[in-house]
Amino acid sequence: MKNSFVLLAILALINPALRVVQASEPDGAELYQQNCAVCHGVHGDGGVGIPLNLPDFLAVASDEYFRATLREGRPGRVMPAFPLLRDDEVDAIIAFIRSWSGEPGPDYKHVAIDGDPGRGRKLFGDHCAACHGQQGQGATGTGVTFSRPRGAPIMAPALDNPGFQRSVSDAMLKATLLRGRDGTPMPSIKAMGLNEKDADDLVAFLRHLEVGSPSDKQAATEPVIRFESFYDLEQTLSNLKQAVIGRNFRIIREQYLEQGLAEEGAENKRQVMLYFCNFAFLNDALAIDPRVGLFLPCRITVLETDDGVEVMSINPENLSRLFNNRELDKACQQMHDLYSEIMEEATL
Amino acid sequence: MRKLLAILLLSFSTTIVSKDLYMVRTRQPFPEAMSTLQEKIAGKGYQLSRVQRVDIGLTASGYRTDKYRIVFFGKLDEIRDISERHATLVPYLPLKIAIFAEGDETILLASSFAHLRSFYPDSDLQADFDQWEKDIEEILEQVRATE
Repeated sequence: MKNSFVLLAILALINPALRVVQASEPDGAELYQQNCAVCHGVHGDGGVGIPLNLPDFLAVASDEYFRATLREGRPGRVMPAFPLLRDDEVDAIIAFIRSWSGEPGPDYKHVAIDGDPGRGRKLFGDHCAACHGQQGQGATGTGVTFSRPRGAPIMAPALDNPGFQRSVSDAMLKATLLRGRDGTPMPSIKAMGLNEKDADDLVAFLRHLEVGSPSDKQAATEPVIRFESFYDLEQTLSNLKQAVIGRNFRIIREQYLEQGLAEEGAENKRQVMLYFCNFAFLNDALAIDPRVGLFLPCRITVLETDDGVEVMSINPENLSRLFNNRELDKACQQMHDLYSEIMEEATL
Repeated sequence: MRKLLAILLLSFSTTIVSKDLYMVRTRQPFPEAMSTLQEKIAGKGYQLSRVQRVDIGLTASGYRTDKYRIVFFGKLDEIRDISERHATLVPYLPLKIAIFAEGDETILLASSFAHLRSFYPDSDLQADFDQWEKDIEEILEQVRATE
């Protein structure tokens, strides 16, 4: 008994979640601002994420859909999963989102809709694929600031996303098709001359989309790319600059790691960072995901230790995983290859 | 009892690294948010190393962009010590927070060290990662909460 008490006390000390358990009702508005507003906007108007406050969306989105979405996220499509939120915190966030319409969410029956997926495929190709893509993969690009005009409220979601497929019910899909979504390019299928039977066929097709595994998040690769240099620090740095310029990059800064932290002249001069950029590439990368600026402009560090000279950089292959954005895969692979080529040329 | 406690502590330690990114939106416009950020960084005992003006280079090259900066910061002793003991961590130093405007509001983000932990299992370094993540999360939360 005494041991159990000690154990619980220690756990309560180290785990804030346990410390506050049952302490108070979770504040949905505050939790929304902490966890959701950064992408979906303070008032749910959308931004990097879709707008959540649209009446047509709130009318068809069930609480089950919100719960599953918060737990599952959208693998590879920016929206993270929130496994650390408690159930009552998730419910509080949903209640806050519901306050925008003042209406309860729909309560769908968990019944699979019986439709013709073959016919649904044809209808999808004719009416939906222009926005959602032939395979339901959704539109590309992320972020109001760089890749979309400010007036554009939404990009077509990926319907083949495992997180979406596991969150949405057949009934919610059908309701969305029949209702459309004012404030976005999504019309009601009735306005396109389609009927309920067509909606059933479309739902059947959407359930037949090839869906990626929710667990196929890439494994982390080595965090740095590094090469040993056959030259001394000065020569390596000179080689590095030549290799960078030779690939149409502009050198924008050379500095010691400790510059700005140590007193001028007292920095460790054996750690030199070279920053360089190709602004067309930077612009393209920010258009895919405005957050990648965190790891740009490009940087390679030259280090001199007692064992010799090394050049190294972050490994950009980890970034698409970090940002949960598969659209970054290609650009990150290019960056990885570019860093490697530059470093190889500078050191051999 | 000790065994049970160890298992529980271990299972807890794996749950705290699940966040890959820290992101917040503040209703402050960019200049005020930038000023608040620098103040909060200093408040945690870090020294500002440099501000990289990403937007300046882009606009000078003819691209349209809103304000976008990277704020680098650190503690000299810490960076000196870690870069000596773990040279391969240097590409991730000093610490940094990206800050960019979105209309009249501002978004800030920083990377956690979750993706580095398995490559640097030393307990002293794990403690550094823990401290940096805690500080960065608190800095961002303080900026978010500032009206």
